[in-house]
Amino acid sequence: MKRAAAALLCCMGLAQADGVRPARDFLSPELRAQQDDPSRHPGWLWVDEGEALWRAGERSCQSCHGDVAAMAGVAARYPAVAADGALLNLELRIERCREEQQGAPRFGYESQALLSLTAAIAQRSRGLAMSVPVDGAAAPFLERGREFYATRQGQLNLSCGQCHDENAGRRLRGDVISSGIGTGYPAYRLEWNTLGSLHRRLRACSLGVRAEQLPLGGADYLALELYLAHRARGMPMEAPGIRR
Amino acid sequence: MSSPISPRFAETPRRAVLLLPLAALPARAQEESFTAAERALLAGRVPVDGGITLDIPTLSENGNSVDLSVRVDSPWTLRDHVTAIHVLSERNPVPRVASFHLSHRAGRAEIATRIRLATTQQVTVLAETSTGQVHRAAREVIVILGACVEGG
Amino acid sequence: MTDFTARITMPETARRGDVVPIRVIIRHPMEREITAEGLTPLPRRIIHSFRVTYAGEEVFRMALSAGVTANPYVAFTTIATETGTLHFEWLEDGGAVHRREARLVVTA
Ligand code: HEC
Ligand code: HEC
Repeated sequence: MKRAAAALLCCMGLAQADGVRPARDFLSPELRAQQDDPSRHPGWLWVDEGEALWRAGERSCQSCHGDVAAMAGVAARYPAVAADGALLNLELRIERCREEQQGAPRFGYESQALLSLTAAIAQRSRGLAMSVPVDGAAAPFLERGREFYATRQGQLNLSCGQCHDENAGRRLRGDVISSGIGTGYPAYRLEWNTLGSLHRRLRACSLGVRAEQLPLGGADYLALELYLAHRARGMPMEAPGIRR
Repeated sequence: MSSPISPRFAETPRRAVLLLPLAALPARAQEESFTAAERALLAGRVPVDGGITLDIPTLSENGNSVDLSVRVDSPWTLRDHVTAIHVLSERNPVPRVASFHLSHRAGRAEIATRIRLATTQQVTVLAETSTGQVHRAAREVIVILGACVEGG
Repeated sequence: MTDFTARITMPETARRGDVVPIRVIIRHPMEREITAEGLTPLPRRIIHSFRVTYAGEEVFRMALSAGVTANPYVAFTTIATETGTLHFEWLEDGGAVHRREARLVVTA
């Protein structure tokens, strides 16, 4: 009894003014334990492959950036606006280096190579607090994402917030609805049998409300990702996550 | 924006097919193949209930991946130890899910893996010992579908 | 070859007689056979056997079916007997063999 009360208080302490809570709080105890245990978490296979890719080739990522450990904290401030004004998430930031720095063709969104590199880099921010800059050049993107989040969509005519704010913590069929913040991506989803990006997860939510599934890496999901990251400010990064 | 197709991603048609639920066989056919598989493993021996701790969730989060661990009580001597652990499914297309072969060198009978379950069903474990005994344990697992089923 | 990724988690050292826990997770889709009407038939492509030897002697063997989850996970134990190499071997449908090894230092 006392312990339950303490646990509740602890969660409330973590919660932000708008009630957002870390994604891991909504996982079953078994999945949470698995997420914390690399020996049982298939997502680490992609981290290993990403670290190998990081070192691969003559003009390797490592040749410019040094050890992948130097990427600590980077994922916690993405998506970010690049020098040319484009909003880039971690995947697209990597693709840009791939094209412009390595002079090689893009890996492709949701390709195994890009997922692996993203996982390897994001993992270096595990446990760090999300903090994306949202002022200056990022402000219009944030607004676009906020608007998307609040708009009722699809045949079910639901906004993201109607599930992820108003009904967070409630059960929807087999799921417990979380705050929908995406701090665990790329994540290994049992449903997918593989690692997948946040945008792939967003496509599943779009389908869930019978709305149009938007392109991976497209402008709408990018702006939405920025807004989600802003909602998640202060929350710990969990990538690679494990989800049902 | 469309992405270039990487060689790995070219496998998508097959992957997409695999997203279909793992079809359960008609109930009769399943029971028969399960019974036949169990009978073959028992090879005339009568299983003893008990001696097995079968840890598997009563309610699985997703039938694609159900955690299972098995511990078998055993004196663990050269003469009397566990030699095999078999996992059987009543309603999957293939009744023999996995078999683990141990030797005295294992030190104890404790294994874990993850299995696919096509639908709600009973999971059966048989453990053979070096003295010719077979232990049996079974647990019902409810398999529920996710709320947001993937389509893309 | 980077097409086969395996993570083996076990202690590097153990005392003689200790029961050593070993956890292994590999990257493999464990593709079921497809025979359904209207779909292109495809053969099964899974890892069907996994075998572990320790200092030359088999200590663990597993037979897998398509009912084992993609990216298979398995945990088992072995008694630390002597300092030596554990060889892990996976057999795949179609004949491919994948191998890894790990060293265990055993102290008195
Ligand atoms: C030839 C040198 C070079 C190579 C090779 C290279 N990069 Fe970069 N990378 C850069 C530079 C320069 C920047 C900063 C660019 C900027 O700020 O506009 C950068 C930025 C980044 C960032 C963002 C860092 C931050 O703090 O925001 C990431 C992530 C990144 N690179 C990943 C990679 C990956 C993954 C690879 C290999 C696929 C790679 N890079 C290969 C030069 C390189
Ligand atoms: C009908 C209710 C519903 C609506 C509307 C909905 N989602 Fe979800 N969403 C879910 C459920 C259920 C899950 C799976 C459980 C969870 O993680 O929250 C989920 C998962 C997520 C996740 C993954 C969270 C994690 O940690 O794995 C994100 C991110 C997300 N949703 C964002 C959104 C966004 C953005 C929208 C609006 C475009 C949206 N959702 C609309 C129900 C909904």
